[in-house]
Amino acid sequence: MDVFLDQFLNPEVLAKYAPLILKGAGVTVVLSLLVVLAGICLGALLACLRAYRINLVSFLIVIYADVFRALPPLVLILLVFFGLPNIGIVLSSFTVLFIVLTLVLAAFAEEIVWAGITSIPNGQWEAARSTGLGFTQALAYVVLPQAVRMVIPPLTNRAIAITKMTALGMVIGVPDILGQATTAQSFSANASPLTLAAVAYVVLFLPFVIASRWLEARFARPGS
Amino acid sequence: METVSNRAGTPSTATLSLRALHKSFGTFPVLNGIDLHVQRSEMVFVLGPSGSGKSTMLRCCNRLEEPDSGAIWVEGDLLTGPGVDLNKMRQRIGMVFQSFNLYPHLTALGNVTLALRRVLKMPRAEAEAEAMAALKSVGLSDRARHTPAQLSGGQQQRVAIARALALKPTVMLFDEPTSALDPELVGDVLDVMREVKEQGMTMLVVSHEMQFAREAADRVVFMDGGSIIEQGPPDRFFAAPEQERTRAFLSRMRG
Ligand SMILES: Nc1ncnc2c1ncn2[C@@H]1O[C@H](COP(=O)(O)OP(=O)(O)OP(=O)(O)O)[C@@H](O)[C@H]1O
Ligand SMILES: [Mg+2]
Repeated sequence: MDVFLDQFLNPEVLAKYAPLILKGAGVTVVLSLLVVLAGICLGALLACLRAYRINLVSFLIVIYADVFRALPPLVLILLVFFGLPNIGIVLSSFTVLFIVLTLVLAAFAEEIVWAGITSIPNGQWEAARSTGLGFTQALAYVVLPQAVRMVIPPLTNRAIAITKMTALGMVIGVPDILGQATTAQSFSANASPLTLAAVAYVVLFLPFVIASRWLEARFARPGS
Repeated sequence: METVSNRAGTPSTATLSLRALHKSFGTFPVLNGIDLHVQRSEMVFVLGPSGSGKSTMLRCCNRLEEPDSGAIWVEGDLLTGPGVDLNKMRQRIGMVFQSFNLYPHLTALGNVTLALRRVLKMPRAEAEAEAMAALKSVGLSDRARHTPAQLSGGQQQRVAIARALALKPTVMLFDEPTSALDPELVGDVLDVMREVKEQGMTMLVVSHEMQFAREAADRVVFMDGGSIIEQGPPDRFFAAPEQERTRAFLSRMRG
């Protein structure tokens, strides 16, 4: 028991590295917010573009969405981080992680929002167009507001999943929670910083998981 | 010069004119040369068996369906053909659907104001005043803040009529406006339609409400197989139909 406590909850190590983990938490939060914001906006934008049913555009969007949903994010991260410098583009590890996770979330968000758009009955389009609204207006004022309501639960789940992937930044040296914790762990030869990291993740993400539960209940019934 | 030649092609002074309208879905012909002229303030009633092309004809009248050939005019302005400002023309053609198609995320008021604000670019206050007047005309002033889910089917359809009326269209199209309603709610919607007619609206109505056709219609048109088989004033049409197909249809409808 003492060995366990010493390894996972060593008070000295905890006290020493807590500030670093806290700093890492700041990085994780900022990165997560940026990725969720950019990823959902980009995904929704692509889904809207697809609604215009221009063959070539739709084709390219589908290819993009499928490839980025198929590839493991870690592969993409390594590919971009170690590949781009070879062609003269050097980005910080933070930037690489932001770009990759944004593109992955956007791919999923595009599919989710697109499913929402196609689930709106044709009669809604027809009613809107019959009163003289243009295609873009019908999309913006009639179809999209309904679609967004329907896709909030799956979108929230996907957003939570992607923010957890910020931990992958560790492999390219992003100083986020896990990055700081693994560094601290190797310096101290003690697992307590990782315990601290786990606690930090739970504290950060549990509210969102609970919120998604609430959202799911709130938007489960149509017309609510 | 284009408008001049379009006007030159106008066959009559009718408010809504359809000439030689053809439409196929794939190789299946649905409209086989429809000619129909609806005069100002006239209510024309369209009857016909299922699949005879009634909805397709109506939907061609605001180009929700694109006719293969033929022409449609609204007050002498060509609706079909290239270069037509469709969104502008559609403001003059109100449409009421069998399934209401109200926007479920908006209140009754929001349903009516949307096009006023986004198409006619009215300021909010003006749009709401117009919308309230339209809702009042269908007897629903007290339901303005309700969402469609909080309204009965009959009330929803009356909001849908108000939504179309608010744009002050030249002609109103109704596609089986009471078919989705419980029988006890049909009367309210028909009363509103009667009122709309009394205000002088030009109306093209597809419906199976025979009694209403008898009382309110100026003319009844019978369609079958994508063609107009027979038409006339309701008294004569119902009492003494000339065509065998019309007689067969009417006796089937009477059960
Ligand atoms: N979008 C479409 N694609 C293919 N076929 C269609 C389409 N819309 C209608 N049809 C066909 O065209 C024919 C005429 O349809 P339409 O809806 O105009 O008939 P209707 O007279 O309104 O019938 P109902 O009384 O059942 O409403 C039908 O055979 C129908 O199956
Ligand atoms: Mg029909």
